[in-house]
This record gives sequence, C-alpha cells and structure tokens, in this order.
Amino acid sequence: MLLLPALIGLAFLLVPLIGLLAKAPWSTLPSRLFSADVWQALKLSLICATSATALCLLLGIPLAWLLARSGLPGRGIIRALVTVPLVLPPVVGGVALLLVLGRRGLVGEHLELWFGISFPFTTAGVVVAEAFVAMPFLVISVEGALRAADPRYEEAAATLGAGRWLTFRRVTLPSIAPGVVAGAVLCWARALGEFGATITFAGNLPGRTTTMPLAVYLALETDPDVAVVLSIVLLLVSVVVLASLRERWISGLR
Amino acid sequence: MTLYADVRVARGSFDLSLDLVVEPGEVVALLGPNGAGKTTALRAIAGLLPLGGGRIALGEEVWDEPPRTFRAPDRRPIGVVFQDYLLFDHLSCLENVAFGLRARGVDKHTARAEAAHWLETVGLSSYARARPRSLSGGQAQRVALARALATDPELLLLDEPLAALDASTTLHVRAELGQHLGRYEGRTLLITHDPLDAMVLADRLVIVEDGRIVQEGRPAEIARRPRTDYVAQLVGLNLYRGTATGTAVELADGGTITLAEPATGPVHVAFPPTAVSLYPSLPSGSPRNTWPAVVTGIEQHAHTVRVRLDATPTGPGVLLADITPAAVADLHLSPGQPLHAVLKATEIHTYPV
Repeated sequence: MLLLPALIGLAFLLVPLIGLLAKAPWSTLPSRLFSADVWQALKLSLICATSATALCLLLGIPLAWLLARSGLPGRGIIRALVTVPLVLPPVVGGVALLLVLGRRGLVGEHLELWFGISFPFTTAGVVVAEAFVAMPFLVISVEGALRAADPRYEEAAATLGAGRWLTFRRVTLPSIAPGVVAGAVLCWARALGEFGATITFAGNLPGRTTTMPLAVYLALETDPDVAVVLSIVLLLVSVVVLASLRERWISGLR
Repeated sequence: MTLYADVRVARGSFDLSLDLVVEPGEVVALLGPNGAGKTTALRAIAGLLPLGGGRIALGEEVWDEPPRTFRAPDRRPIGVVFQDYLLFDHLSCLENVAFGLRARGVDKHTARAEAAHWLETVGLSSYARARPRSLSGGQAQRVALARALATDPELLLLDEPLAALDASTTLHVRAELGQHLGRYEGRTLLITHDPLDAMVLADRLVIVEDGRIVQEGRPAEIARRPRTDYVAQLVGLNLYRGTATGTAVELADGGTITLAEPATGPVHVAFPPTAVSLYPSLPSGSPRNTWPAVVTGIEQHAHTVRVRLDATPTGPGVLLADITPAAVADLHLSPGQPLHAVLKATEIHTYPV
C-alpha cells in the first residue's frame, strides 16, 4: 500500500530534473555556457554567495555560541527568531530589508545621510539579502555542533592559562569544525539559489544584481534555451554541494 | 607560600565545607566516597566553580573570596590532571604539552622545546607527533601530567588520576606518578576514592564524607587509628566506640569488649578481622572475648574469606572475621549459622574519641 505513493513521490521529485536534462540544447550548450551574459551572472552569483557566507560565518558563529553556551535568559525566543528567515517567504524578507535598509528605511536613511552607504539595487544589497536568508542554516548547524562538543575541554584550556578568546580559537573552533563547514556549505548553497529576497531588495540589474536564479527567470521570457543551460549549471552546483556534504562532513558529524 | 583553602559551596541540599592547607612540596590526598564533594572542592580551587563562601589564597595572593575577589582559572598558577585527562584530540601530544606555555605567552620555539623536554621526562619522546587518541590509558595520563606540569604551576591538582586505568597498568603508573610527585616542588592536591592510591602517593590524608572533613593525618596514623566507619572500612579494621572502665569497654551500640590494657572514658576500639577466630562450639580454656554469633555474610577476598557476623547481644552487632578457606570448609559455613567468635585481646588497639 505504501510502495505506490512512494514511487509516485520519487518520480515527482526526479522527473522535473530529468526533463531539464532531456530538453537541454546539448549541441549549442558549450557556446551558450561561455556567453558573456551567462558568465557574468555566474561570476556575480559565486562572488555574492561566497561573500554572504563569509558574512554569515563572521556573525553566525558568535550568535551560535551565544545560543549554545551563554546562560542568556530568553534563549529559546532568540533561537526561534533566528530561524524565522528559514520559514519566512523570501519576498517578505526582501520587503522587510527594503523597509529597514532602503533609502527611506529605518536604518538606511541614516546610513545614506551619514556615510553615503546605500544597499538597495547594489551588489552589496545582493550579499545582504542572501546573508539574511542563508544565516539560519549556519547558526543552526554550528549551534548543534557546539551543544555536542564537551565543554570540559574548554575548562581544561582555562586551567592551562588560556583566556576565553584563545580557548574559543584553539579548542572550541577546531572541535566544531565539521559542523561549521557543513553549515557554511548549506549556507552557501542557499545563498547561491536565493531569488525572492534578492529581486525584491536588490532588483535586477545585469552585471550588478542579476545573479544566476534571476538570470534564469529573465531568460525564460526571452530565450528559454539559455534558461535551461543556466538551470543545468545550478543543478550541477547543487549536486556537487550535496556530494561534498555527504562524503566529507556529514560522515564526520556522526 | 602555603595554599589555604576554606572551601564552602552549597548546591541544592548538598553543602560542602572543607578547610585545607597544602605546604610547598607536600602531597595531600582528599579521600572519600563518591559524592562526598571531592571533585567540587577541586573545581572550586581551580576556579572552575566560584566559592559560595570562605577563601582560597596562595600565601598573600587571594584567588577567591566572595563577594569581592574572584580570579579566573586562566589567571591561577595551577596545573590540573582531569579524571579522563581531556587531552585535545586535534593537537599532537607535543602541542598538547606546549599548549599551556603558549597560552601563557611563551614563544612557539621555546614552548615546543620545553614541551619536548617534558615528554622526555615522562618517557614519551617518541610520541611527540602522535594524536592523544592513539595512546594507551597510561600514556595519556603521562601526557596529561606533562601538560599540567609544563607551565611550572604553584599548585598541581589531580582528579582521580588512576581511576581510568585498567588494573594491570595501575601499579606501574602509580609508582611512576609517585616519582614525578616526589620531584615536584609545588603543592599537590590529589583527589581519590582509592585508599591505596592515597596511602602510596600522599604525605597527608584528608578524609571527606558528605561535604565535611572527618579525619586527617599521616597515612600510617590513619591506617592505625580510624575514626569513622568509612575510614575503618577503607583501612580494613573493625571499629567501635564505647566507654572504657578498666579493661572493660561498654560499646555504644551494645555488647562488651575486654581489653588487655586498661583504659578510661570514651574510646575507639579497633582490631583487624584476622584477630577474630570462629569455633563451632564453645572453645576450651577461657578467652576473654567470646561471643555467640550468627553468620550474616561470606565474601571471598584474595587469599582469605571475610565472614560478617552478628554477635549481639554480648558482642558487637557487626563483626568482621578473616579466616582461611580451609577453616571455611571445616566449619561448613553458611549464612544464619550459629558459631562462637573469639577475639584476641592483645590485638585490640584503643585510643580516645
């Protein structure tokens, strides 16, 4: 009784991917792949996703530490808030970012006035939008690793004369490295595929904010074959991410 | 400089209050059953647990005196060997030993040279590049000791350093640990529940039960004159409290023991289980201490059999006797069996309460 729906479910997940490969214009694929537009979008996507991941690491690891190790009251609520971007429709995230960091936004107005910094419709805006959506993946993964790590090793380091920062750097961080890497890879993959928040907050300016997913959407209206090629590139990246996660880091976490 | 630790920590219904003094070059063992508060005391002295009250100071240097002073563990001149060693698995043995020196600001080259020297001292030079995971229990313990001593601490804290080892290596590792402690010029506080470890390694024993010191003194003194049932059990003696009048001691829990030498007032009465012999019927002659008794338990020890007896109402309620396996066979011992227990008065030791 369970086998039939299971097989239908599997087909439902796989058939679209097979369709993508079946409809691919294989003969013209290389030339399209190396066209200036595709290359530009791919390069922008890689740069933005990597920058967003770096930003998430910088802010997310301390946040995960706060959630896992500090006796902060109301940690449960903070954890729930951190995971909001996971379930929030990305478009809503984009709107929220516009309201805060936009030219007339709560913070954005002052940033523009005092520092001349403006995020909307810039490459930096893409990074901000991607980081907003992808950070929970990193925080959750790192917090889990921190909870699993034995805090007595940190005590041992303290008795050897290591302060908090040195202990964190030389004892805690190496012991949670697999969790950090897994979180960063997930975070990077999520940032790479980000669409809703990016197009809402950063718009669609070729060369500046048009990342791969946006280019796919754009190409679908003008040249569907290019959309297919771009999609295959993204599919390939996803498969590579999945494979690297499975073999190197998920096994290390068990 | 002497370490003074008046450790007071309250945790729920458990309340710890110990007054410890450790002189330079001295090894003090904190001996007690599980849950007595030994590890809590160690954590408080190391600074991993703030005191609730009292004071910890090394000479004039105050480490912890609530509510005013608290010095974090990384700012106390200590070395700790934890029960399961807690070696850093992502670092080599050499890096583990060098960790404390690096953390205290020694440059990399000097720290590594010093660490290599310490590994050589504990006989593990060839394991410098090995990961702690690949070491045996005894080797890991030596690396942990080297790591703790490398920073030249004023106070060395050892938490059950031999508990994680299997019986075959314990003897060797204990002897070696004894040599290292003998060379160490600082103060050592050893936490253990094993009386043998404490007797062999320590200059002075502090016995803790239920968060309080019940007895302290030199190992030989403790072994001869236990003051609580727990200590008596540790050192393997029968111990009773009573009131002496001449050669007769009226036991607090009922029964009478006759002494060879007269005593007066409240006394402890101690004697080894080997001083008790068992007879199926009333022995001839007139031994001074002869009690009808009932067997309540039989336990095989290495080469003797320990028999637990109830000698009420004329003798003690719990009496331990060590007899040979041959005697067990002759007597056809079984629980509930009535016998006559005879205690040699010359082996009884009495001392004031």
